[in-house]
Amino acid sequence: MNIVEASGLGKRYGRTWALRECTLEIPAGRVAALVGPNGAGKTTLLNLAVGLTAPSAGEVTVLGDLRAGSPAALDGIAFVAQDTPLYKTLSVADMIYVTGGLNRRFDQPYALARLDELGIPLKRKAGKLSGGQQAQLALTLALARRPRLLVLDEPVAALDPIARHDFMATVLAAATADGVSVLLSSHVLTELERVTSYLVLITRGQVRLAGEVDDLLAAHGHASLEELALHYLRETAPEVTR
Amino acid sequence: MTALRMPGRLDSGDAALRPIPWRRMAGITWRQHRFALAGVAVLLGALAVWLWSAGTSLHNAYATATACHPASSAACQNLINIFNSSATSNVMGNKDPGGVLLQLVPALIGAFVGAPVLARELETGTFRFAWTQGFGRWRWTLAKLVLLGVVLAAATAAFGVLVSWYFQPYSGTLYEDSPFANLFSLREVTFPAWTLAAFAIGALAGMLIRRVVPAIVATLALYAGLAIAAAAFLREHYLAPLATSNLNFSLPGTGTAWTLGQWSTKDGRFAFAGNPPDSLVNQFCSSVSADKIGPLGFAPCLAQHGYTQWTSYQPASRFWPFQWIEGGWLLALAALLIAATIWLARHRAA
Repeated sequence: MNIVEASGLGKRYGRTWALRECTLEIPAGRVAALVGPNGAGKTTLLNLAVGLTAPSAGEVTVLGDLRAGSPAALDGIAFVAQDTPLYKTLSVADMIYVTGGLNRRFDQPYALARLDELGIPLKRKAGKLSGGQQAQLALTLALARRPRLLVLDEPVAALDPIARHDFMATVLAAATADGVSVLLSSHVLTELERVTSYLVLITRGQVRLAGEVDDLLAAHGHASLEELALHYLRETAPEVTR
Repeated sequence: MTALRMPGRLDSGDAALRPIPWRRMAGITWRQHRFALAGVAVLLGALAVWLWSAGTSLHNAYATATACHPASSAACQNLINIFNSSATSNVMGNKDPGGVLLQLVPALIGAFVGAPVLARELETGTFRFAWTQGFGRWRWTLAKLVLLGVVLAAATAAFGVLVSWYFQPYSGTLYEDSPFANLFSLREVTFPAWTLAAFAIGALAGMLIRRVVPAIVATLALYAGLAIAAAAFLREHYLAPLATSNLNFSLPGTGTAWTLGQWSTKDGRFAFAGNPPDSLVNQFCSSVSADKIGPLGFAPCLAQHGYTQWTSYQPASRFWPFQWIEGGWLLALAALLIAATIWLARHRAA
C-alpha cells in the first residue's frame, strides 16, 4: 500500500506553480524525507497530502486510495505544521482536551504519560513552553491520535540540537515500535540521515529523485544521503540562481 | 510486537466513518473563546446593572406620577413634569450618549468576538492544526459559529427584554418621541439580530482578511455603514407609509406615530414639500403676525386658500411588525454571511 500517491499533481498560486507534474508513490511503513531548498514546494506538497490545499492539477491520494482531506483521510493522518502551531493561550491540559474532542481516537493515557516523561506541566499555557517543549507537545498530541501516517513539516528547523535529537528520537520510536508511517520535510539532512528510509528530492516545484535510500545510494554510488542530496541540489542549482 | 499499541483500524472508506458528535465542539468552543464570552458577559452585565438602577427610579417616578390624585393639582403636575423631564435628561434620552453607547454593543461583539474567530486561526497558523483533525474543517467552522452565535443571540435577547422594560413608562402618551426613533435597534428582536449580523460580518471579514486587527477595523466600518443605512434609509420603507391630512396629527404629544414627511396639495395636485415657500406665505398669509403663528405654522392659513397639508407616517401599531421585518432581514443576512464563511473555510486553499 502507498501512504501517499500523486499523479501529475500540481499547485498554482496566481501565475506561479509551487508544484508541477508531481508523480510519486511513497510506500507505507517508511520514514520518508522530503528534501529540498527553501521554497522548493515541500510545504505545498505536504499541504496537498493532508488536505489543507486543493490541487490545481492532477490528484493525490493517501492511505491507499483515500482522497486527501476526506473524513477517512483526516482520521488516519496526523499533521504537525511548520513552527508547530498550538493555541498559545490554552493550557497543555486544554490542548489535550481539544485534540481529544476533535478526533475519533485519542490515546489520552499515552499523551499524559508522555508529557509526564518529558516533564511538561499540564497547567502551563502552551505559549509559555520552550520551543522544544512546544514541538514535543505538538508531536505527542499527533501521536496520541494513533495515526497511520504522521506528517511533519520542517519539524526540527526551529529547534536547538538537543531538542532536535529528542524530537527525532520520539518520531523514530513511533515509527519503529508502532509502525507509523512518517513523511517529513526538511531543508537540512544532518539529523535525518539515520532515520530516513525513503527519500524524495524536490527543487523548484519538481520532484528530481525519489526512492528507497539504500537503492538510491547503491545506484548513484554515493556514500551518504547528504552527499547524494547535495549532488542533486548542485545539479539543479544553476537553474535556481539563473 | 508487544510495543504495538495501535487499536483496531478502520480501513474502509468514509462510509463506515460516523461523524464525530457535534456536541464535542461545545467544550472546545468554550475553552477557546471563554475570555471573549466573559468579556461580553461583563459588558452586558455592567450595562444591565446600570439600566436596572436607572429603570427602577424611572418606573417609580412614573408610578408616583400616574397614581397622583387629583391629576390637575399643582403637586401632581410637578410630579408629571419631573417624569417628563427625565425622558430627555436621563441616561437613555435622545441627547444623552447612553443610547448611542448601547448601539455600539453589537459592533463591539462583532469586532472582538466575531472577527477573531477565524482571523486569529489564520493569522497564527493554528488553522493548520484545527483543520487537519478528524472533526473536519467545515463542520468545525459551522459548529463554532453556530454555538457562539446562539449564545450571543440569547444574551443580547435577554438584554433587549431589559431595554424594553426600561422603556415601558415612555411608551404611553406621556412621552413625545416615537418608539421607532428611540432605541429601535435595542429591543428584544432587533438587538440580537443586529448582534448576529455584526458577528457574521466579523467572521466573514476574518476569513477573507486573515488578520485580526484589519478584520476588526473592517467589521466596525461595515457594521457602522449598515446601521446608518438601516436607520437613515431602509427602516422607513419596510411598509408603505400612511398619509393623513389631519393638521393636528403631527403635533407633539398627540401620538407615538413616526412622522416621515409633509407635503401640500392644491386642487388634488402637488404644490410643495415641507414648509411653504416664502412667496406663498407673502401672497396669502402676510396678515398673520409672527407672534400669532401657532404650532401648526401657516398650514391653517393656507388651508383657507385651498391648500391641503399631508403628513406621511408609520403608525405606532407597526412597531412590532417593523421589529420583525428588521430582525428578519438581519437574520437572513447573518445566515448568508455565515454560510459564505463556511463555504470559504471548506473550499479556499489554505
